[in-house]
Amino acid sequence: MVAPLDTLRHIETPEGIELSLRVAGPVARVLAWSVDSLIRYGALWVLLMALAMLGKSGLGLWLIILFLAEWLYPAVFEVYAGGATPGKKALGLKVIHANGTPIDWPGALIRNLLRAVDFLPLLYGFGLVAMLCNRNFQRLGDLAAGTLVIYRDPPTVALQLPPGPALPPPFPLSSTEQQLLIDFTERSATLNPERQAELADFLANQTGVYGVVGVERLCAHARWLAGEQT
Amino acid sequence: MKQRPFEDRHAARWQAFAAQLDRLEGQRTLKNTPTATPLPVAEMPAAYRQLCQQLAIARRRRYSGSLLTRLNQWSLRAYQQIYRAPQRRWQAALDFLGTDFPRRVRADAGLFWLCAALFYLPLLGMGWAVYQAPELIYSLLPPDAVADLEMMYAPDPMADDRDAASDLAMFGYYIHNNIGLGFRTFAGGVLFGIGSAFMLLFNGLFIGAVSGYLTAQGLTETFYTFIAGHGPFELTGIILAGMAGLKMGWALLAPGRLRRMEALRQAASGGVRLILGVVALLLLAAFIEAFWSSNRAIPADIKYAVGVAGWLLIILYLTRAGRRGA
Repeated sequence: MVAPLDTLRHIETPEGIELSLRVAGPVARVLAWSVDSLIRYGALWVLLMALAMLGKSGLGLWLIILFLAEWLYPAVFEVYAGGATPGKKALGLKVIHANGTPIDWPGALIRNLLRAVDFLPLLYGFGLVAMLCNRNFQRLGDLAAGTLVIYRDPPTVALQLPPGPALPPPFPLSSTEQQLLIDFTERSATLNPERQAELADFLANQTGVYGVVGVERLCAHARWLAGEQT
Repeated sequence: MKQRPFEDRHAARWQAFAAQLDRLEGQRTLKNTPTATPLPVAEMPAAYRQLCQQLAIARRRRYSGSLLTRLNQWSLRAYQQIYRAPQRRWQAALDFLGTDFPRRVRADAGLFWLCAALFYLPLLGMGWAVYQAPELIYSLLPPDAVADLEMMYAPDPMADDRDAASDLAMFGYYIHNNIGLGFRTFAGGVLFGIGSAFMLLFNGLFIGAVSGYLTAQGLTETFYTFIAGHGPFELTGIILAGMAGLKMGWALLAPGRLRRMEALRQAASGGVRLILGVVALLLLAAFIEAFWSSNRAIPADIKYAVGVAGWLLIILYLTRAGRRGA
């Protein structure tokens, strides 16, 4: 079987289970970088205006801040703010090691110092080519540091099965089929009634009922399968 | 067991677990999360292993996607809390500069000499050539820059005796410029070492050309008294930055028994530690350059003596420091 085209990656923990996470592609990362650039250069501009009033010593201070902003701004945020610069946070991204552990100083420094090369020949040319050449969208800095940029999933709330009667299915279902039915029922609140009916009609041959009644029937089976009492 | 009883049985503990995770991650409780009493920190590792097992069971029994997603998220967050590398502190930084850094330089002595050759041979060659034929400097520098250079080192007593404010301005300039140069020299190493080698060669040629030209023009006193103080630290810093970069380049070219990417990762992790030492050296150099080298009131002999002392210090540091208890 051909592996599906997917950005889902798995890491195995010492406890012997696999955790899954989604790696972020170039578009989201370019946007995050743009947000960061706006923040960074906006702040530098304001600071320049303010420090210019201090004359030459102000200029010296500003150059030191410029140096820090150019090289260390992302690294500091990645280490101390949960793996995300403000831009990454805005786009819902974060940086972690490829083995799933949070990023530390050496990793953050490597990936951000190597930006100088990723940026070549202009506007992250090398970085983009490198990202498109490997399945984890790692630029050169990520490859050298062994880091990934992933999506920080928003917290999911527990979905509830809609209340109602529970009914055993007319014949035994495989575990995959059971999972499908329960998933359908849990998600039904997010679908409009027409779409629910449309999906339920695929099983009309088995249930013998159509439309809203069919949806109700499937939900009842799902409640029974999930272990609810009648 | 069916999904619903499974969820009901563990829900309370999961809520407590998630509440402690929120606290460990420094998030104040979000609006939509039900507030539960956080699980004591001491119980978290055990609870995490339990959760891993529950996730495995839930997958095996093919419980619903929303449950699996939640269990996966909690496990991932707990994993990141538990397998976090310990944070390094200031003591570690001092230990590093006192022992680890010089040891790392000595461990790759061959690479150090290669980088020194890549830098000093063009420097000496170009310096000698430009001294013989000063017009050669125009192959590297535009005429305006050469004129600026001559003016800067003109032994005019009226020439700017810089005040404290411009010293600070130059300090900022040297930090931005020189440490940035060190970083770029390191980063260039990931292009199979070409970037680092180029930066070493080019800077060698450039510094050689400038020295040769100013010597030929007879501006020796102002020029050499200026560079004597910070030279040892700045030149060595650049060579070490090249060394850190070439480590990565070498790992890509000759990964040995590792996969190329793994070799690169290991070399980068060694290289970035060298870069920390480079930053310390270049900071020191920038400080000397801005506040000592620029002061023309100090007699030339003292400046040369400080320069020699600087060279002795850096040689002693790189060859002797951190040998005890090795």
